Amino acid sequence: MNLTLRIWRQPGPDAPGALTTYQVGGISPEMSFLEMLDTLNEELILRGEEPVAFDHDCREGICGACGMVINGRAHGPERTTTCQLHMRHFSDGDTIDVEPWRAAAFPVVRDLVVDRSAFDRVIGSGGYITAPTGSAPEAHATPVPKETADLAFEHAECIGCGACVAACPNGSAMLFTAAKVVHLNLLPQGAPERGSRVRGMVAAMDAEGFGGCTNTGECATACPKGIPLSGISVLNREYLRSLR
Amino acid sequence: MTSYLDYTVGQPISDAKAPDGPIEQRWDRRRFEARLVNPANRRKHRVIVVGTGLAGGAAGATLAEQGYHVEQFCFQDSPRRAHSIAAQGGINAAKNYRNDGDSVRRLFYDTVKGGDFRARESNVHRLAQISVEIIDQCVAQGVPFAREYGGLLDTRSFGGVQVSRTFYARGQTGQQLLLGAYQALSRQIAAGHVAMHPRTEMLDLIVVDGRARGIVARDLVTGEVSSHLADAVVLASGGYGNVFYLSTNAKNSNATAIWRAHRRGAHFANPCFTQIHPTCIPRSGDHQSKLTLMSESLRNDGRIWVPRAAGDSRQPQDIPEQERDYYLERIYPAFGNLVPRDIASRAAKVVCDEGRGVGPGGQGVYLDFADAIGRLGRAAVAARYGNLFEMYERITAEDPYRVPMRIYPAIHYTMGGLWVDYDLQTTVPGLFAIGEANFSDHGANRLGASALMQGLADGYFVLPATLTDYLARQPGAPVEAGHPAVLEAVADATGLLDRLLAVDGDRTPDSFHRELGGLLWDECGMARDEAGLRRALERIPQLRTEFWRRIKVPGTGEQLNQSLEKANRLIDYFELAELMCLDALHRTESCGGHFREESRTPDGEAERRDEEFSYAAAWEFTGTGSAPVLHREQLAFEYVHPTQRSYA
Repeated sequence: MNLTLRIWRQPGPDAPGALTTYQVGGISPEMSFLEMLDTLNEELILRGEEPVAFDHDCREGICGACGMVINGRAHGPERTTTCQLHMRHFSDGDTIDVEPWRAAAFPVVRDLVVDRSAFDRVIGSGGYITAPTGSAPEAHATPVPKETADLAFEHAECIGCGACVAACPNGSAMLFTAAKVVHLNLLPQGAPERGSRVRGMVAAMDAEGFGGCTNTGECATACPKGIPLSGISVLNREYLRSLR
Repeated sequence: MTSYLDYTVGQPISDAKAPDGPIEQRWDRRRFEARLVNPANRRKHRVIVVGTGLAGGAAGATLAEQGYHVEQFCFQDSPRRAHSIAAQGGINAAKNYRNDGDSVRRLFYDTVKGGDFRARESNVHRLAQISVEIIDQCVAQGVPFAREYGGLLDTRSFGGVQVSRTFYARGQTGQQLLLGAYQALSRQIAAGHVAMHPRTEMLDLIVVDGRARGIVARDLVTGEVSSHLADAVVLASGGYGNVFYLSTNAKNSNATAIWRAHRRGAHFANPCFTQIHPTCIPRSGDHQSKLTLMSESLRNDGRIWVPRAAGDSRQPQDIPEQERDYYLERIYPAFGNLVPRDIASRAAKVVCDEGRGVGPGGQGVYLDFADAIGRLGRAAVAARYGNLFEMYERITAEDPYRVPMRIYPAIHYTMGGLWVDYDLQTTVPGLFAIGEANFSDHGANRLGASALMQGLADGYFVLPATLTDYLARQPGAPVEAGHPAVLEAVADATGLLDRLLAVDGDRTPDSFHRELGGLLWDECGMARDEAGLRRALERIPQLRTEFWRRIKVPGTGEQLNQSLEKANRLIDYFELAELMCLDALHRTESCGGHFREESRTPDGEAERRDEEFSYAAAWEFTGTGSAPVLHREQLAFEYVHPTQRSYA
């Protein structure tokens, strides 16, 4: 199929950017969205133009590196990561808009590449269990009910891609933060740091410039891993509990 | 000029530094004999760790917890994205929670045998011992392993072993273990004990007075190339499967860190030992950028077949039962579809080479669940494999409940890597290699669920003990940034980048990478023979010459330039590919993932030649295109006696 792409090009963080139009042909429905961009980039290089920069790595939906806003939606029309979006979901002759994540806390580095290091700093502010290597008790010393372990896992599936922030009209990181708080606070191993964890992570989230939550729910709709929106209410409850 | 093929044989490696005595006591003995660093002095030591996967993340966090100052590097935008995250199946540990006869001894035995007797016994035994501590450590960190209703950990059997020793977190075990290590690392970063350098790629190793004292790295955003100095350097940069272009590795995983260390004196061991996984989704066309693994567990219920006749282009449902060839069940009646990875992969290649492959390009075989659905019902099959079926359908738009899956083997893991001694130290003092970056524990074939075990064993437990001994013995005066060796390494790395940018040719980095990968896959892939390897060894230098004449890298070095990153990694892939082929050519036996057509038993199976090849081949670099020197580390098997594997 033949497509018209309107891609955000921006040479650097402080340089102005603009949507640039490209035509790309010979796209097969089996291609992933990133392979479609690979095809464009090969042509650009041979024409002596600079290829479109975008983050990607595992290309199987688990590393969380890729992410772009496609026709106004984070990761595009299917609920999956951009690397797992295939061109069969588009039609010959389509015009597709491709933009980077838009959020104050995720400055553009170049083209479709953004700086998501704010997420790392949120994790560093309490998103862990303090268990220095060698200090662990026997694994079976603390049984964890299966329901609890499964619920913790469901939240631990977050891949840190940032789609939740990109989808949120406020640029909020509540779903991301909630995913980690719920995962660790549910587990008995995480209990001793339950309060300091949620306070630390929420403070870091605010300091990084993420917006507040207004219960829009776009985050959970965009999340490729299906992190439940209910996590945010657990986050709020844990936060209030930690202040008592 | 002598040919690259005329390698010479150097001094054998006589001492791998493993203690002697009963194998169960060797690790204790090594730890007791290791010197320690006074806690007050530890913060004065700087250690560089390259990579943040299971091995690197675990090592960085642990060294920082012990009080050392760690400088850590990854090319990804965050340490959480290292390719360990994509591991699906699980992690082995000899906990024997199932009371099914497992033990440290049995895990040791299975690993040595599974590696086709090409691993060092002392290392493997230590790995089995440490496996139990890893599970404790990960549970304490909050890794949400699968649990039973009683609240205890669940395990499953994996990779054809007879005990259930594999701990797992659905199909995302690697993700959960990596996030555990990443969170521990993040805590140390926040505390200031680890200085994290994301989006920064190692370009060279700095060696001063024969010791590793730092690295040259490029900031991938600004393009700045700079030196980073330390008392020791740890490479945890993963394997080199991406030399094949198409593999299950992440797109940016690369061999530059280990290869440039090799160029600076670290021997590279067993490069031809590569693992090909039988159950990957076949390529769908020339645009294919990577391959996706489907868990090995599918072979528990799926039946593998191809049409009996070559060139049969009918839809699978139109091919009657008697015109199908369930070739694994036919050739290996005892193991059927559950033969080990190397056997299943080679058999798929054979039927496809006969023209009986299915799907686009004939590069695929069916993995059919119709019988399982008939026997167990659709719901039971969905409960076992639902998420995998969904993943398959997302990629191929085919419903595996109705149409058989198509699978084909793909490069998945590399057992070879930098040669290390028992302390995980390379032949360059002060340079350590851990995880998939080293060659150590899996011999010629890795068992399922053992990569995660080894990465974490190295990072959490082995390296922190042995590195301390090195630091205690080698205080070493600080190296100045203006030292000639530092300036030379920076100039070398920068020079290569400038040279790439200056060519301004007419071929893209990917076009060269595809060509090199295709060549390697054909001649040094699932089956190798002398003629093919010689063809590859003739073609690779030609391709390298063409690369330096025709490569096109747009943009500059002072910016985020992904074409430059790719081209720079390709320089190393050409040299590595050459060494892989030479290693494969010199090893005229079949063992594990290395199958030489010339070395097979009368019934066509791989034939090992222990008398000639019971050694690890450690290659010394002598220059680009110049014949390397082979150093042999003879392997002794005191506890597990070599036998020929048979699955018929």
